[in-house]
Amino acid sequence: MRRFAFALLAVLAGGAGAQERALPLSTLRSGITFSSPDVGALQADDAINPAMLWVQRGRELWTAAAPGGSCASCHGDAATSMRGVAARYPAFDRSSGRVVDLEARINACRTQRQRTAAWPREADDLLALAAYVAIQSRGMPIAVTIDGPARASFDRGRSLFDARRGQMNLSCAQCHDANWGKRLLAETISQGHGNAFPAYRLEWQTVGSLQRRIRACYFGIRAEMPAPGARELTDLELFLAWRAQGLPMEAPGVRR
Amino acid sequence: MTNSRITVADRVARALPFEVRIQVRHPMETGYRADDMGKSIPRNVIRTLTCRYNGQPVFVAQMSPGIAANPFLRFFVVARASGELTFEWIDDAGVRESDRVAVTVA
Repeated sequence: MRRFAFALLAVLAGGAGAQERALPLSTLRSGITFSSPDVGALQADDAINPAMLWVQRGRELWTAAAPGGSCASCHGDAATSMRGVAARYPAFDRSSGRVVDLEARINACRTQRQRTAAWPREADDLLALAAYVAIQSRGMPIAVTIDGPARASFDRGRSLFDARRGQMNLSCAQCHDANWGKRLLAETISQGHGNAFPAYRLEWQTVGSLQRRIRACYFGIRAEMPAPGARELTDLELFLAWRAQGLPMEAPGVRR
Repeated sequence: MTNSRITVADRVARALPFEVRIQVRHPMETGYRADDMGKSIPRNVIRTLTCRYNGQPVFVAQMSPGIAANPFLRFFVVARASGELTFEWIDDAGVRESDRVAVTVA
C-alpha cells in the first residue's frame, strides 16, 4: 500500500509533463550499437573520423569575420559557451515564436546578429558549424524541454511519429518502437535516435543533418518528403530528442 | 579554408619509419552519376597527391574514380633530420590545394 502511495506520488509529481514512453529510458541504445564494429571504430577515433574534417572547418567558421561580428565575438570560446547547447536543441525560440533546431538557430544568428546571408539547409558550412557546436556537448546527456511553449511542437511530433504514411503505410513507431533490433534485409533496425547528428553517413559520403536522415526514412517508406527545414521535420526532431532523453551526445558520429 | 587533416606524431625517431596520415575533404565525383534532372555529373577526382619532405618527393598517390569521397591515406616515411612535410593535390577541375606539417626528429 505504502509503495503504491509512493508510486502515485511520483506520478503526481511528474504532473501533466510526464509522458508515457513507448521506449523506456532503461532500454535506450545509441544507433552505433546497431552498427558493425568497423563503423564503430571510425566513430571512436577522432584521427580517422571523417566528420572531424567538418569540425575543423566549423572551428574556422567560428572566428570568421561577418558584418555583425564573428560567432566568437559574442560567444567567445565555444568550448565553454557552447558546452551542452546542442544537447538542449531543438528548443523554443522566443524571437521567432517557434521551436528551432540547431541549424535553424545558427541561421537565425547569421541573419539577425551577424547580418549576413543564411546558409541553405545541408550547406557544407552550416553542417560544419553545427558539427563544431555539437561536438562541444559530446558525452553530455540529451535534455530537451517539451513543456511550455514547446509543447505544441512536441505533441505534433509525437503524432507524426505514430502516424502511418506513404505507399508502405508505415509509421516511425512501427520500425523504431515495435521492431528495433530485428533485421530488415541486411540491416538491423535501430531505435532511431538522433544523438550522433550531424553525422558522417557512409551512404552519403558526407556529413548530413538529422533532417536529412529523417527525410531518407520518408523516402524509404515511399512517403512524400517534407522540404528541408519544414516545421514537420523540426517537430519530429524535438520528439526524437525527448525520446532519446539521457542518451549521451555522439555528434559528429559515423553511420552506415 | 583548410580541407585536410594531417596526423603525425609530435616527435619521431631518427631514421626509423613513422606513420603519416592525411584525410582530404573532396567529393571524388565518379563521373558515372546523374543529377536529379538526369544530367550527368562530370568526373571530379583528385588525380595526384604528392607528399614531399623538405622538398623531396617521398610519396605520390595516383587516384581514380574507384576511391571513396574524402580519401584517407596512411603511409610511412623515414626522416634523418627535422623538417616539413608538404602535401599538394590537384583534381579534375584543376583545383590545386596544399597543406603542410612540421616534423620534429628527436
